[in-house]
Amino acid sequence: MALKTEHMVLNMGPQHPSTHGVLRLEVELDGELVIDVRPHIGYLHRCFEKHCEALSYPQIVPYTDRMDYLASMYNNFGYAVAVERLAKIEVPERVDYIRVIMGELQRIASHLVALGTYGLDIGAFTPFLYLFRDREHILSLFEMTCGARLLYNYIWVGGLSHDLHPDFVRKTREFITSFRPTIRELNDLLSYNKIFVERTANVGVLPLETAINFGATGPMLRGSGLKFDLRKDDTYSVYNKFDFDIPVGKGLMGTIGDSWDRYYVRVLEMEESLKIVEQALDQLPEGDVKAAIPKKVKVPKGQIYSRVENPKGELGYFIISEGKDAPFRVKVRPPSFVNLSFIGDLCKGHLVADVIAVLGSIDIVLGEVDR
Amino acid sequence: MKNFEQIVSILKDNFSEIEFTVNIENEFDFYINVNQKDIFEVALFLRDNDELKFDSLMVLSGVDDANGEKIKDADGTETIKGGTLSVYYHLYSIEYKHKLTVRVATERENPEIHTVSTVWRTADWHEREAYDMYGIKFLNHPDLRRILMPYDWEDGSYPLRKDYKNPEFYQGMKIPY
Amino acid sequence: MGLLDQEYLSDNIIVTRTEDLLNWARLSSLWQLGFGLACCAIEMMATSASHYDFDRFGVIPRASPRQADIIIISGTVTLKMALRIKRLYEQMPEPKYIISMGSCSNSGGPYWDHGYHVLKGVDRIIPVDVYVPGCPPRPEALLEGLLKLQEKIRTETLRKSV
Repeated sequence: MALKTEHMVLNMGPQHPSTHGVLRLEVELDGELVIDVRPHIGYLHRCFEKHCEALSYPQIVPYTDRMDYLASMYNNFGYAVAVERLAKIEVPERVDYIRVIMGELQRIASHLVALGTYGLDIGAFTPFLYLFRDREHILSLFEMTCGARLLYNYIWVGGLSHDLHPDFVRKTREFITSFRPTIRELNDLLSYNKIFVERTANVGVLPLETAINFGATGPMLRGSGLKFDLRKDDTYSVYNKFDFDIPVGKGLMGTIGDSWDRYYVRVLEMEESLKIVEQALDQLPEGDVKAAIPKKVKVPKGQIYSRVENPKGELGYFIISEGKDAPFRVKVRPPSFVNLSFIGDLCKGHLVADVIAVLGSIDIVLGEVDR
Repeated sequence: MKNFEQIVSILKDNFSEIEFTVNIENEFDFYINVNQKDIFEVALFLRDNDELKFDSLMVLSGVDDANGEKIKDADGTETIKGGTLSVYYHLYSIEYKHKLTVRVATERENPEIHTVSTVWRTADWHEREAYDMYGIKFLNHPDLRRILMPYDWEDGSYPLRKDYKNPEFYQGMKIPY
Repeated sequence: MGLLDQEYLSDNIIVTRTEDLLNWARLSSLWQLGFGLACCAIEMMATSASHYDFDRFGVIPRASPRQADIIIISGTVTLKMALRIKRLYEQMPEPKYIISMGSCSNSGGPYWDHGYHVLKGVDRIIPVDVYVPGCPPRPEALLEGLLKLQEKIRTETLRKSV
């Protein structure tokens, strides 16, 4: 006689150590088996878009910091690029180079948090401490440049708030030499660790067709095997001057597009970012970083959708200008928001412990999901 | 890769009975207007046509056009009557690398647009957000609830509308500074 | 108080007041509710991680409010989250302490004016012991906040105030 079982609804969050912030997941279970995962978001909705309509263009920059607070530099970067395109502001070459250096260092810092906390979620505590040690190194480079550790307000419309510190180039080179061994160490500690591979390979597989339709971007999309990176495919700033690879998921430990692939794409990307930073440091031109900052940002009537490759995926700003001091409408396309939206489909049929493995591999930041 | 004129002409060739108005203000500001009753059909065509293949919806944004009649209230604030709300769809083809912006306008008093979340799943949460912030109802949407604001937020109170007034209290907590 | 640096080994009877003993025990092992809200949570994480090492003050993150002594409100409190925070606070056993970390939870921070969904200060729903300013505060500032809280606990008394 078959027993009729009732599904159990398990509530995860908003206070939960593995939800990376204030995310609430409603997990429907049949025993240990996940039937559905329904995310509830908005616990950190800080009204970014309303603020944009009330503030002038340069005043918005600090608010972009606070969206994806693990990659503040890149949010500044994306916003500055969007406004400059719309207002037709040409920035000096040095500014572009410094932006790229900062952006790539930020990408490494963001991935370090993603990988470190991913290990933590799965149960490996040591990599977290190792990676945070190196993240502190990057943060001290940022601090040297603009005085802040986390929210920088560094990349302004038309330029930068400060030029580089005289020691910056030397210290960054030091960091690069010291960081390369860390990646190897991380691979030994975590990437090829048997327990870690067992927990993540073949879990949360995202096939490529689905990934595109679901709007996955960044390491999520590349983990599914598509060589698509906005730095090359819809290029901005001076990224076309550098030589770097786009790592994709190859299914080394299981299926293409599983959690391990997404994890490993991030590891490889850090290596590529180091390459870009090295090249940019070699070619760094001279110039005045504040030369093109307008006294008053005048944006003509019009609209633009401009996107950049944030560490988490495609970060887009849709700006409508009526020719006034403040934008008429700013809509942000946050990568984590879209990447999180289909977590239910990734978790279906897995065990309840795998929900954490899938969630960690998406690498969300709630500040950006909720804005 | 197709440019804007080519895309528009492909659309006009395939839909004889549907009206497209093209809006070109400057080099950034160009989009096609589609009527709200046709958007689903057009979206499906844009995705599946072999020459266009718009397989990725980059972003879907609700916008309050604020083009209605502005009425001054007693306390100095404004209420907007009439006019339109609109939704912008930014499309991209990964294979051909071309882009397109589609705009659908709908009445402010009764905003209803057919969902495209079955065409591009990306639209699912974006549409919920547009509903949450502007009150645009997406017909046939699988799960149209508020997404960012609390579920028990006041009905008919949509924060990103230009004439939005913040309530004084929510669940006994004072909201203004 | 100096319990340890006095002649502890030669004579193992220590005379102290119950209050001092209790306070000393409490302030040296403040278990924190492992709970982050926004940007400040990242700085809180950095404080717990290798460089700053919260553990040396006896602060260990606990996942359950029922085993926690202190809650650090690290970030913007939104209206949707406020009621949850209140419930978490109510679930904690006495004595319990609150550090409000960063401008947002102190007063609404940069969202004070147009933030239609932001609670302008966590002290509108729960009582706060120590406010740490900054957006976000540096880890050193959070450590200073903790030391201030320890100072406060050190002077607590069991007697009823008249």
